[in-house]
Amino acid sequence: MNVQSIEALVQADRVHRSVYTDPALFELEMDRIFGRAWLLVGHESQVRNPGDFFTTRMGREPVIVTRHTDGSVRVLINRCAHRGARVCETAAGSTSEFVCAYHGWTYGTDGRLCGLPLPQGYERPAAESVGGGLPPAARVDTYRGFVFASLAAHGPTLIEFLGPLRASFDDFVERAPAGEVEVAGGVFKHAYHGNWKLVLENHNDTVHPAFVHASSIWAAREQRAAEGGAYSEIGVRQMLQNGAPWEVWENAGLWVAGYGHSWMADYHDDSRLVAALDHPAFAEYRAALERRLGREGAARVLGERRFNSIVYPSCSFMSQFRQLRIVHPIAVDRTVVYAYSFRLEGAPEGMFRDTIAFSNVVNGTGSPILTDDLEVYERTQTGLGVHRSDWVYLGRGHGGEVPDRDGALRGRTGTSEIHIRNQLAAWLEYMTGEA
Amino acid sequence: MSVATPVDLRTEVEPFLYREAWLLDHGRFDEWLGLFTDDATYWIPLQANQTDPLTTSSIVYDDRRLLEVRVRQFQHPRAHARMPAPRTVHQISNVQVVQVEGDALRVVSTLVLVEYRHERQRVWGALVEHGLRRTAAGFRIAAKRVDLVNSEAELDGIVSIF
Repeated sequence: MNVQSIEALVQADRVHRSVYTDPALFELEMDRIFGRAWLLVGHESQVRNPGDFFTTRMGREPVIVTRHTDGSVRVLINRCAHRGARVCETAAGSTSEFVCAYHGWTYGTDGRLCGLPLPQGYERPAAESVGGGLPPAARVDTYRGFVFASLAAHGPTLIEFLGPLRASFDDFVERAPAGEVEVAGGVFKHAYHGNWKLVLENHNDTVHPAFVHASSIWAAREQRAAEGGAYSEIGVRQMLQNGAPWEVWENAGLWVAGYGHSWMADYHDDSRLVAALDHPAFAEYRAALERRLGREGAARVLGERRFNSIVYPSCSFMSQFRQLRIVHPIAVDRTVVYAYSFRLEGAPEGMFRDTIAFSNVVNGTGSPILTDDLEVYERTQTGLGVHRSDWVYLGRGHGGEVPDRDGALRGRTGTSEIHIRNQLAAWLEYMTGEA
Repeated sequence: MSVATPVDLRTEVEPFLYREAWLLDHGRFDEWLGLFTDDATYWIPLQANQTDPLTTSSIVYDDRRLLEVRVRQFQHPRAHARMPAPRTVHQISNVQVVQVEGDALRVVSTLVLVEYRHERQRVWGALVEHGLRRTAAGFRIAAKRVDLVNSEAELDGIVSIF
């Protein structure tokens, strides 16, 4: 597949369906996009102490994220240098070494091969022959505790890559009275039969809720009110918020930045959605935040109203609600999303309970909201397999982009499809650009 | 605290569980909801041996209010994830009454759920625990916990009731 033929797939306001369905393009994506871009692999709180580790994926590559004895975070390909067996089978834990089940080849938390049976059986040291041990990701860096890795030795720095999206991570962390967040409460792993781009194109799509979520909006509207502080309150409020009138979505802020990133903000104020405002824990939380930032500082942090921020191509997160979704492409028509919750350090426990209640209703595998999204991704994938019609139309808001600060562009309205066009522009750049 | 199940108590509880399964397999969700107490919870934990629904996420953790929303959603003409609705068989076995305290009973059972929807059949296995209350109208469910054996797996969306 040459550059010209790929370039023809992405046009100003439309994209060819094969971008979502062609297995050959998917293979190229794994190399040119997931093999190059900075991918979010996790958070430092998952590897707090030397020896701590967890396993995840970078694109399709299985990796181990470790905290080495020198305190640095390492990202290692989870494949024995000897015969290729997966070395670490555990989702998370703490260890001084990784020992392959097959022939006992042993690796340190930096991936270095530090032991194997019968070393005299090789004409030169095995470590030299296999390149040292478990191959590390070419680059690893962190921003505000979030760990990113890239399989490419060259490319933009993490700071350059994130650009104005850094402010979304800042928002995430600044909300914590102690100035730090930690992964807590388990991880949802939900899957769908569809291309990985579909979930990233959906999160900042503000027209879909009224239709995709019509049934949960209706069911929530019919429901009796509950007393303040009820477990169900934040979930019911989110269902209702999905049914906000058009002017709310039109007036929402929708920004895009380089490398395919985007964020959505200002579509609701806290009083409509955040059950915590009615929660006794919230006053305590605000007071704790004010102790660190002062009254004005706390008001500024709490006044930030970012909903979904998307860092293309690996993740989407909700700083205001402490949710992170990491997208794992499995095949051209199969995707797995890992959804994490975070605890605000220094905040009362009631705040975290609200986060968990929110995660169950928004990101849970049995969520009344999410299951309808997954259903629509699958119907979209099915429809994109139709050969008689080749184009996907993405013209909403085209031509209405407004330059904004920090190099970002803003959609003329919050319902613009600017975020999808921007993702596909980045897609094209990765797919046709030089390594 | 664990007691051997007196045979007569088990034979009293079993028809209630079968009735619940029958209602689910025939799409009679309003009647199913009627089996629950006003303060009931319906819980599908995310983690094996999960002890707490409030500080660890759950595949489903519904209080009565959310459970009503969930069941009402099924009726809507645009409940996409249930169009078509899954057809199910709930197979219950290994029923034991493990605790009796006044009007409250703790009943464990195993569940095999066969689910068919959209050209795809899925089979689920689960350990189930019912917290039942004996009332004038018969047993009512105060708490239902369903531990799927694959709760920690990468799972497609779940829209069936267990």
